[in-house]
Amino acid sequence: MAHRLSQDVDLETSPSMTDTGRQTVIQSDLDAARLVQEEIEGVVRHAFEEQEAFAIKMAVEEALVNAIKHGNQMDPDKIVRVVYDLNKERFDVRITDEGPGFNPEDVPDPTAPENLERPCGRGLLLIRYYMSSVSFTDDGRTIVMHKLRNGK
Amino acid sequence: MSQQPRRRRLEVEDSGDVAVVHFVDKKILDEQNIQMIGDDLFRLVEELGRRKILLNFGNVEFLSSAALGKLITMNRKVQGVRGKLVLCNISKEIREVFEITKLDKLFTILPDEAAALQTF
Repeated sequence: MAHRLSQDVDLETSPSMTDTGRQTVIQSDLDAARLVQEEIEGVVRHAFEEQEAFAIKMAVEEALVNAIKHGNQMDPDKIVRVVYDLNKERFDVRITDEGPGFNPEDVPDPTAPENLERPCGRGLLLIRYYMSSVSFTDDGRTIVMHKLRNGK
Repeated sequence: MSQQPRRRRLEVEDSGDVAVVHFVDKKILDEQNIQMIGDDLFRLVEELGRRKILLNFGNVEFLSSAALGKLITMNRKVQGVRGKLVLCNISKEIREVFEITKLDKLFTILPDEAAALQTF
């Protein structure tokens, strides 16, 4: 399976992004996700302090894996769209899958004693902790995250 | 799915009867990679019969929640044979991941290998 990574400059689907935003469309393939992750890591590494860069990396990793595994359920015919933008104040990223959507409130609290030993379900918790703001649109198919520079 | 070559992901050395495990990768990410790391860890308990296992995270700079899942399963397997699993040498950033997820309460975590070996 090719890790096809197509760059697309059409930001019509993301009107809130400035024209410095980058959009990348990938197949539901974790290797392709790795390339996007590395691309974003390269962009934020010089703009954020180490701890904040770690936070962004963690959130993007978890959101990409969620989109590919839980959203698109690894279906090779479905794509994941990643739009990100970096400016002086913040890093914005939005990740959209083509899955059935979900209600974030239905995800059980992984820190509850009865769930502590469950091997799954921690991604969303980490995303919320590490990013300055997190929201969902399109019935949960799109996650919108921001990280402010110098503070959460 | 692309095939990743079968390569060594863990370095295991013995300290008395404790299996001391170092992770080769700086980043513990990627479904296939995590799967193989999990398999290698589980093999220590299930095939090699190890009961005392120390995981040294000194080389690890990043891990995802999928990796946490494998550690939880590993912990359960070790407990299943009345063994002991201890984690050590975890970076500040990754330590925070354990704290956020409250897994610092599930695992025994020690600052360094010497302190960790004392607990067995």
